[in-house]
Amino acid sequence: MPTDFSSFLRGWLTVAIFGTLGLLLAGLLLGLSALVRPKRPTVEKSMAYESGVDPVGDGWSQSQIRYYIFALLFVMFDVEAVFIFPWATQLERYAGFGLVEMGVFVFVLLLGLVYAWRKGVLRWV
Amino acid sequence: MLLNQFLLLGAILFAIGVYGVVARRNAVLVLMSIELILNSVNINLLAFALRNGGDPTGHTFALYVIAVAAAEVGVGLALVLLVYRNRRSIALDELSEMKG
Amino acid sequence: MHLLLSPMQQTDKLISPSVNWGSLTPLLVLLGAGLVLLVGAALSARGWAKGLYATLTAAAAVAAGVLQFVLWNSTVHHGPKSLVGEALVVDGPSLFIGISICAALLLAALVTDDYLRREDIDSPEVYGLYLMAALGGLVMAASNDLIVLFLGLEVLSIALYVLAASHRKRIESQEAGLKYFILGGFSSAFFLYGVALVYGATGTTRLRGPESIKTALALTVETDKHRALLVVGVALLLVGLAFKVAAVPFHSWTPDVYQGAPTPVTGFMASAAKAAAFGALLRSVVLSMPELRDDWRPAIWVLAILTLVIGSTLAVVQTNVKRMLAYSSISHAGFILVGIEAAAHGGESGDRGIASVLFYVLTYAVLVSGTFAVSTLVGRSGDGAHGLDSYRGLGRQRPVLALALAVFLLAQAGVPLTSGFVAKFSVITAAADASSYAIAIIAMLAAVIGAFLYLRIIVSMFLEDGDAEGERVSIPFGTGAAIGISVAFTLVVGFFPGWLLELARDAATRLY
Repeated sequence: MPTDFSSFLRGWLTVAIFGTLGLLLAGLLLGLSALVRPKRPTVEKSMAYESGVDPVGDGWSQSQIRYYIFALLFVMFDVEAVFIFPWATQLERYAGFGLVEMGVFVFVLLLGLVYAWRKGVLRWV
Repeated sequence: MLLNQFLLLGAILFAIGVYGVVARRNAVLVLMSIELILNSVNINLLAFALRNGGDPTGHTFALYVIAVAAAEVGVGLALVLLVYRNRRSIALDELSEMKG
Repeated sequence: MHLLLSPMQQTDKLISPSVNWGSLTPLLVLLGAGLVLLVGAALSARGWAKGLYATLTAAAAVAAGVLQFVLWNSTVHHGPKSLVGEALVVDGPSLFIGISICAALLLAALVTDDYLRREDIDSPEVYGLYLMAALGGLVMAASNDLIVLFLGLEVLSIALYVLAASHRKRIESQEAGLKYFILGGFSSAFFLYGVALVYGATGTTRLRGPESIKTALALTVETDKHRALLVVGVALLLVGLAFKVAAVPFHSWTPDVYQGAPTPVTGFMASAAKAAAFGALLRSVVLSMPELRDDWRPAIWVLAILTLVIGSTLAVVQTNVKRMLAYSSISHAGFILVGIEAAAHGGESGDRGIASVLFYVLTYAVLVSGTFAVSTLVGRSGDGAHGLDSYRGLGRQRPVLALALAVFLLAQAGVPLTSGFVAKFSVITAAADASSYAIAIIAMLAAVIGAFLYLRIIVSMFLEDGDAEGERVSIPFGTGAAIGISVAFTLVVGFFPGWLLELARDAATRLY
């Protein structure tokens, strides 16, 4: 255990050294340029950059609630893929039984989609 | 084998999640804290599965937990939305229609 | 190392587990009815005829119940068996609790039909959710694997969160849904963390049978190494399940949720959800971890006593009848925990404890469904009139309804010649048999304190003058039928308890 532990720590030592160096380097460059450059702030300069167009509203605007349902549908189908992946890696072992099981699984999911469609969830409002 | 480190990470996430549920008053943040606890469980399950020589039970269980967590978030956000539409607030300590 | 992601070295076919479809039919009926209801109602352009949703739900409940009776017969002849490769079992306790849940589902469907019409809500989703919740409950009661138990628990709970919030016009209902969701999700997370630790300590999630937690615990060498892990895991399991059965000190959600949820849903929660959670408690801890009994039995003991005392005393100071009934359901959970404590002793007195728990769960499920059915009617349109004064003069206005409620309340108080008395009596004698005298005495005291509460409602119904204003309470057919069934069951079991006690005792011994 002790040797194992120290090698574990040594692995992280590299990360720590690189992290510190990176921070130092970035701080040095930014600090140096801040010292050297002239400062003449104007309203246009401090505006947020939105591809050249004047920005609308402020940075903390809330996103539309109607995106919620799409985010939710995405999460649902994304998560169902969690069950399809392991099945796909072992396709040959599961054979016919697995195929039928997956068919039932996808069918029940489709029922859910049909329900959502009939309830008008998929329509953009 | 780094079992202890994994379990420690799981325990820390669990503790953060419990703190979040108890201390936060914003319903969405509480929801996120609950998700954090569920993910700490996943870390534990995978660590134990690895310790048992890649026991598939732990892996399978983690997949189920992910799916259930997604379902819970779906229902939870819908409930939060319902309450928000009526009260314009999702602070949990302002839910005070009922007293006893 | 990673079995799931390993490259295809082996192309040998996986041997699919034996599913045993015949014994799975009660679950399939509920699932099928739920899916048909949701998708069918969504596909039809104008919705189905009124009453059809409830009829389908009630038919599914009856079919699932009858199928479980058939399975019961086959268990008597061929012994208990496991399904889907040991993940589920069909045995005495699972069928007994399954039938209780189906009875609760039937009564809830009858009451909900009239309720939704009165409140002018058109919603097949409510019935779909009832069916899914019942399915989850059945899975919980029959699970032989902690993964499956967790899945059942979540199916039941998620459906109930939505059901609690299903009265969209009442702001209390939405609050109840959100509160129930937050605390329920929190407790499920605790439960899950406990499951993960138990899995870590024993290397399996199977509860009984070969290579299970029970056999792993019997090998003390293996468990001593991970004892701390195991004890913490079991403690978290108990916390999670105590939340679900509303045991003190994990009861704080109960009054608010019971008050805010639509009244028929409250009845379903108090009956089906409680039955399923106690079934899960029996399966996951009492029956699978007898070797650890010295560690978890004291915890059950403390839970039982706190629940009895606090549930009965706090009920007395309430003024809202739904809140009173919430506290009374907490104290009933305390009585069932007394039976669980007796079951924890193992051996013959343990079997008697299990039998008393099963008997209590069934009789209470019917009793509380009936009580909340009456409360649904008295709530009048808007589902808001649940103060004690709304019951004033009910005895003169609606004598039959008031009499039915009086029967339910007396049974809940444990008055002789009702099912409630037999249930309380069997729980307390089981505790005395297991020589837990302290707990038996406290249970009797709690019953006496609790009786005040029920008498208060009865006095208000019959002896106080009614207020002339306010809508007259109407009694539609479905709700009337549900109340009639519950009264009949309560009195029949009260007068002739022998056959049901025999059945419960039989179920307790037919373990997988």
